[in-house]
Amino acid sequence: MSAYREKDPRIHGIQSRIRVVPNFPKPGIMFQDITTLLLDPKAFKDTVDLFVERYRGKNISVVAGIEARGFIFGPPIALEIGAKFVPLRKPKKLPGKVISEEYELEYGRDCLEMHLGAVEPGDRALVVDDLIATGGTLCAAMKLLERVGADVVECTCVIELPDLKGRERLNGKALYVLVESH
Amino acid sequence: MASQDEQDPRIAKISSAIRVIPNFPKPGIMFQDITTLLLDTKAFRDTIDLFVERYRGKDISVVAGVEARGFIFGPPIALAIGAKFVPMRKPNKLPGEVISEEYSLEYGTDKMEMHVGAVQAGERALIIDDLIATGGTLVAAIRLLERVGVHVVECACVIELPELKGRERLGDKPLFVLVSST
Repeated sequence: MSAYREKDPRIHGIQSRIRVVPNFPKPGIMFQDITTLLLDPKAFKDTVDLFVERYRGKNISVVAGIEARGFIFGPPIALEIGAKFVPLRKPKKLPGKVISEEYELEYGRDCLEMHLGAVEPGDRALVVDDLIATGGTLCAAMKLLERVGADVVECTCVIELPDLKGRERLNGKALYVLVESH
Repeated sequence: MASQDEQDPRIAKISSAIRVIPNFPKPGIMFQDITTLLLDTKAFRDTIDLFVERYRGKDISVVAGVEARGFIFGPPIALAIGAKFVPMRKPNKLPGEVISEEYSLEYGTDKMEMHVGAVQAGERALIIDDLIATGGTLVAAIRLLERVGVHVVECACVIELPELKGRERLGDKPLFVLVSST
């Protein structure tokens, strides 16, 4: 489900600050660049506020952010709602003991890691990334959290590319986004 | 300069929340792991507050964060002081037109990139990273910003490893840290 996008007046400003860069990282891909959103302090604040308004007071104890752009949106949300921030990282970046979850790319596989002990059974978690495309990364993130007994309450992104059907890949988990891009 | 760490009561808890991992990423290195700080909601909040208290009202219009852990601390500071957040990234991650700065590693070199047009000449900037070791990365970030006419007001890190003399490498640029680790 998208945010009250037809009604909330902040959404328009957020959407207009996202820059589309054609043919990145390869020909045919229209890359959704959120760095221009971060250059507009009001639009960036509105983005975080929309998430905080949704999740405050819902007993969320963990915000898990996916490297690297999930690190930009996750911590401000975590700080405002009083949750822990847990970085989910590419292999070999986290220094302590980790658990890993492999997932498929268009060509080949990749891996997402989380520190052991960061999340406890019963923790109520959000997963945050800037964008959901095919949903592969979010799915791996959810599995990591569920493997340690956390309850993934929702996945949350600034942007969804609905044509790539990532929402369906989330196994019934709720997805909340601010902006859809076709 | 380090913060008034003899006086500010928040520093002790921040320091004790940082976990040291021996022999990562290689033998002999005592890795300063800030992920445990992010699990302590009050200590993470205090960390951000200490930076915000220092930089609020100083006409800082840009917070530049070095990938990836600078992405965790930079945005909350930027949001609180009303500044833009500009990610400084490894090569080939930023989708638009970039400028690059090469810098030395222990073995070989690496490159840091910033989007063209993210910052304007005359802007006042902070550079944020979780830690300063030799200072090589921060120097590259300073150069990128200065090349486009930005005034780098200060570099700010959670942790300094003073024995690696990074502070000296910054030349005339001031450095502010919360915790010094010997």
